[in-house]
Amino acid sequence: MKRDPGLYDYLPYQGRPKIEWPGGAQVAFWVAPNIEFYELEPPKNPTRVAWPRPAPDVHGYSYRDYGNRAGFWRMMEAMERCGVRGSVSLNVAVCDHHPEIIKACVERGWEFYSHGTYNTRYMFNMSEDQERALIQDSIDTIKQHTGQRLDGWLGPALSYTENTLDLVAEMGLTYICDLFHDDQPGPVKVRKGRLTSIPYSLEMNDAISFVVNWATPRHYGDIIRRQFDRLYAEGAESGTVMCIPLHPYLIGQPYRIKAFEEALAYITGHDKVWLATGREIARHFTENYYDAFAKASLAVGEAP
Amino acid sequence: MISDDYLKYPRRRYGMDHDRYEWSMLHARAKVAWPNGARIALWVTPALQWFPLDQQGKPFKPLGSLQTAYPDLRHYTLRDYGNRVGIYRIMKALDRHGIKASVPVNAAVAARHPSLVRECAARGWEIVGHGLDMDHLHYEGMAEEETLIAKSLEILRKFSPVRGWLSPAKSESKATLDLLAKEGIDYVCDWVNDDMPYPMKAGGKTLYSMPHSADVDDATILIGMHHDEDELRDQLIDHFDVLYEESATQGGRIMPIPLHSWVIGQPYRIGTLETVLAHIMRHKGVWPATGAEILDAWKAGGGA
Repeated sequence: MKRDPGLYDYLPYQGRPKIEWPGGAQVAFWVAPNIEFYELEPPKNPTRVAWPRPAPDVHGYSYRDYGNRAGFWRMMEAMERCGVRGSVSLNVAVCDHHPEIIKACVERGWEFYSHGTYNTRYMFNMSEDQERALIQDSIDTIKQHTGQRLDGWLGPALSYTENTLDLVAEMGLTYICDLFHDDQPGPVKVRKGRLTSIPYSLEMNDAISFVVNWATPRHYGDIIRRQFDRLYAEGAESGTVMCIPLHPYLIGQPYRIKAFEEALAYITGHDKVWLATGREIARHFTENYYDAFAKASLAVGEAP
Repeated sequence: MISDDYLKYPRRRYGMDHDRYEWSMLHARAKVAWPNGARIALWVTPALQWFPLDQQGKPFKPLGSLQTAYPDLRHYTLRDYGNRVGIYRIMKALDRHGIKASVPVNAAVAARHPSLVRECAARGWEIVGHGLDMDHLHYEGMAEEETLIAKSLEILRKFSPVRGWLSPAKSESKATLDLLAKEGIDYVCDWVNDDMPYPMKAGGKTLYSMPHSADVDDATILIGMHHDEDELRDQLIDHFDVLYEESATQGGRIMPIPLHSWVIGQPYRIGTLETVLAHIMRHKGVWPATGAEILDAWKAGGGA
């Protein structure tokens, strides 16, 4: 086991190369709805139990299913009213289970990136070949159902092996959302190829806010505004990234959606905001700033 | 059946049930006079911590530990965020008021990112020992504690003198204080039984306990208790207001603000610290100081 994942060098958040986003924007803003499918009876995994209750976990399963039946559509409309495209963090099996959702996203010009096959199939303990097969499934399924090339990755249920990010890069993906160490994009050190980490922010994630931190809907709206205000101000120095990762089963609840939409409208009401997708942010960074960021980074010393 | 020894009380006596320090009531002590007639010594302590990816969690997992199966990139990078981004926001917030922090540093952070510790020292911040890393806790029966403490201090003392110590997660073995005194440590921040310094016996020497609260702590309130950022603000302000009021009749008091760069350093949270500092600093008689400065002034001002 490694003590340090060794995926990035040290780059202090001061005196960095200046990132300029298109149109003179100070913040690249993106919204990442996690469109997920949790299986009712997933196979047993040696490392992680899928459901807290014995099968069938009717409560846990149906709560997630609410997202696809009801929550997604409410969330989509709120985003549309604010002029925000989604970057879908997709369990690709949703293409087979619920093509209506995929179609609605395609029609709105949303991006798709992979969040694995199912949110109940974890990458822990997989061999390289197994991981490759899973990544290839994502590449093929997204191409077939959306016509899009797969560029981005977020580990299913945030599960990994030591090799995952190397393999993702080897297989031609260009960005990942798996590292939460920064408010700007940055280079990821992989065996082969060039991979960019873009901020996906667990702090702004509705699941973390509501389920882990027990935030109220209005407080969630407040911290979204505060996060934005700070990153907007700091972005004058060097462009920042703000992401709001969503889960339709949480944010799509009637009692939560309004406070969220108001916060979203607050953000889109600013002029120096670039409403982008994950792919667009990664591409702009990689083409213009990847080298400068890599060069400015300091090696990490050996811990005793 | 329980043994009859269970009903014997060999240490039942006036005062403490150990000889480490004397029983003493806060209200019954001589008043302490801070320099220049100050009423409150403000002591800000933003910790710099490293949670290794292969964390074992012996003998317990401190708040903020890794949680998922290996490799837990999620929590590893969320904590690492503090050393890379969060601490620089704290520096700005403190610089605005000319506040010098006492910064508890895991020696591993100093080894990994010497530029960060140099940056702290260059600001006139006090470097406080904080163990090796968040996976090297101190506990009875641990191996080679003396070497661990010596090694940790050796690394930090390359950057600046070190007089204070905060064990990771405030963990101690029975020998920790004696070993710290032997290594030339003057004060320790692990005990939470007072609002003012007090002397402790440590291997034939005197060590002082400094009131580093575990209560008005960003991680305790936000992560441990799930209170929100506005609550953190209110609790810190209420804590200060009571101490300020007491100082009118009971002598100088100490306002501790224990922080974690991975908690308060988030974009949506840093404003909470700024609001609290603005409240405190607008009062007359607030003396922002380091732990070592406060201890020296306490001794000179009638505390010892």
